[in-house]
Amino acid sequence: MTIDKNARYRTSHEYARREGASIVTGISDHAQDSLGDIVFVELPAVGKVLKQGEAFGVVESVKAASDLYMPLSGTITEVNAALQGDPALINKDPYGAGWMIKFAPANAAEWDGLLDAAAYEKEAGKE
Amino acid sequence: MNLKPEPLVYELSSPGRIAVSLPERDVNATPIPASLARTDLPLPELDELTVVRHFTRLSQKNYSIDTHFYPLGSCTMKYNPKVNEQTASLSGWRNSHPLAGDEFSQGSIELIHRLQETLREIGGFEAVSLQPAAGAHGELSGVFMIRAWHQARGDVKRRKMLIPDSAHGTNPASCTMAGLAAVTIPSDAEGGVDLAALRAALDDTVAGIMITNPNTLGLFDPNIEEIARLVHEAGGLVYGDGANMNALTGVFKPGEAGIDVMHFNLHKTFSTPHGGGGPGAGMVGAGSKLKDFLPGPLAVLESGTYRMRMPSKSIGRMKSFYGNFGVLVRAYTYVRMLGAAGLRRLAENAVLNANYLKVLIEGTYPVKYPRRCMHEFVAMGDIAEGVHTLDVAKRLIDYGFHPPTIYFPLIVSEALMIEPTETEDKDTLDEFAEALLKIAEEAKSHPDLLHAAPSTTPIGRLDEVAAARNPVLCYRG
Repeated sequence: MTIDKNARYRTSHEYARREGASIVTGISDHAQDSLGDIVFVELPAVGKVLKQGEAFGVVESVKAASDLYMPLSGTITEVNAALQGDPALINKDPYGAGWMIKFAPANAAEWDGLLDAAAYEKEAGKE
Repeated sequence: MNLKPEPLVYELSSPGRIAVSLPERDVNATPIPASLARTDLPLPELDELTVVRHFTRLSQKNYSIDTHFYPLGSCTMKYNPKVNEQTASLSGWRNSHPLAGDEFSQGSIELIHRLQETLREIGGFEAVSLQPAAGAHGELSGVFMIRAWHQARGDVKRRKMLIPDSAHGTNPASCTMAGLAAVTIPSDAEGGVDLAALRAALDDTVAGIMITNPNTLGLFDPNIEEIARLVHEAGGLVYGDGANMNALTGVFKPGEAGIDVMHFNLHKTFSTPHGGGGPGAGMVGAGSKLKDFLPGPLAVLESGTYRMRMPSKSIGRMKSFYGNFGVLVRAYTYVRMLGAAGLRRLAENAVLNANYLKVLIEGTYPVKYPRRCMHEFVAMGDIAEGVHTLDVAKRLIDYGFHPPTIYFPLIVSEALMIEPTETEDKDTLDEFAEALLKIAEEAKSHPDLLHAAPSTTPIGRLDEVAAARNPVLCYRG
């Protein structure tokens, strides 16, 4: 299991990484490994306003379909269009080419409530 | 099994062959207008014997409970006694017509009435509707009823339905279809509903809870009465998902434990065919609060005559006519053949068989919640480096067994969900456990056997990922 040390995490396995003023989100390496080969991903429209913990999309593998949850509240500014044609990018490079959404955070203080890399590693290790 | 891959009918086609001989025409020919005639319709051309052989060979590739053990978790693939088919094929039932009217359908309505009463007694309900045609159809009926009950009281702010994370996927789907929002409640360390999380979620926007007991881990939640009490106290209602009723018949009456509305799958617990052999039947039972909201019509006895009547505040029809009637005849036959004592023995043996099998394999296939199970249990199949549950499941096919349900419930990683049912004898359970243990040895000594499995079938391992990513849904000749 690889962990992006610069990111923070939800216990539901979404990561959030700061890039300038915006946040990049996808699912962790542990999550893609548990799901297995990903065959479909549904992402929100740009401009959509979502609260922390609300579902922003769905990821589907041959094993299961799971909702994806917003790590922080914010407005969607960009989605990774490449995932529609090649959802396997999430399996290959979850923190890089397999990113899902970028958004402008509405409440920066929510960042502090997320798990840091060490705490997430411990959490994911329990499963 | 016939191992030769069977060609498609299109591949067997040869121009000019024909399987029917039409009688000589005794009227003038009416030509089809050229504008309506199609020439690009590639229908196969086959003779009668080729057609008969094709479909007979395909039928020989069938896998069914009449030929093999079928331990598909949460599906209750029990043997369906043949006497059910005998009674269902009696001409009185077979030739009855749903538009004949109550007066000419007394026998059929009486059977519906008797089955309603029998299931009402088994479930501890006040009334039962046999309208829904499947389990999820029953769920949808129940959620509509809960919504209608709140609306009838003028309470329109209850938009949330609580659903434990161990639920069948149909629960959130049913509640979404009924216009409510599904809210997930986590499980506690014992595999039951986390009561603290439940308390925290309960407020005046909650319409109710959908609960499966025993749940999909095969565990009975001993807090069921407390859960119902908490939800009722907050003004909500309790929906019971009866998919796992096979563990409880004659032992536990859900209607007496605070459940307001519940479906039973007649095609699971009450031995009517399913898994390609359907159709299903998902009766709904209700207690005092919801009985007037049941989908109708219901069979009633009015001064010596059976009638079909709508309940006073019914949510309406959930299906045309009177449910899947042929299935109801089979379920009624099954209940009457077993009797009250037999129904209890059914549940006892379903639980005994599952626990026996669990003890045989849990040393090799770990069970996440190891307390005594009900009618099924969930083990884990990642038993060696590089070996996954999918590989174990596929290898079981080579040993002549239908694989268990895999990767469900979602809260157990690498889940292997096994439900033997009460109809299997000890020899079959022993053989199945032996196969699983042998596969565990192979997983260490010859993992390639598992990765290549199945190797004894007409078609080997299918590429499920490619199929899901690039589905080809039409024949491309």
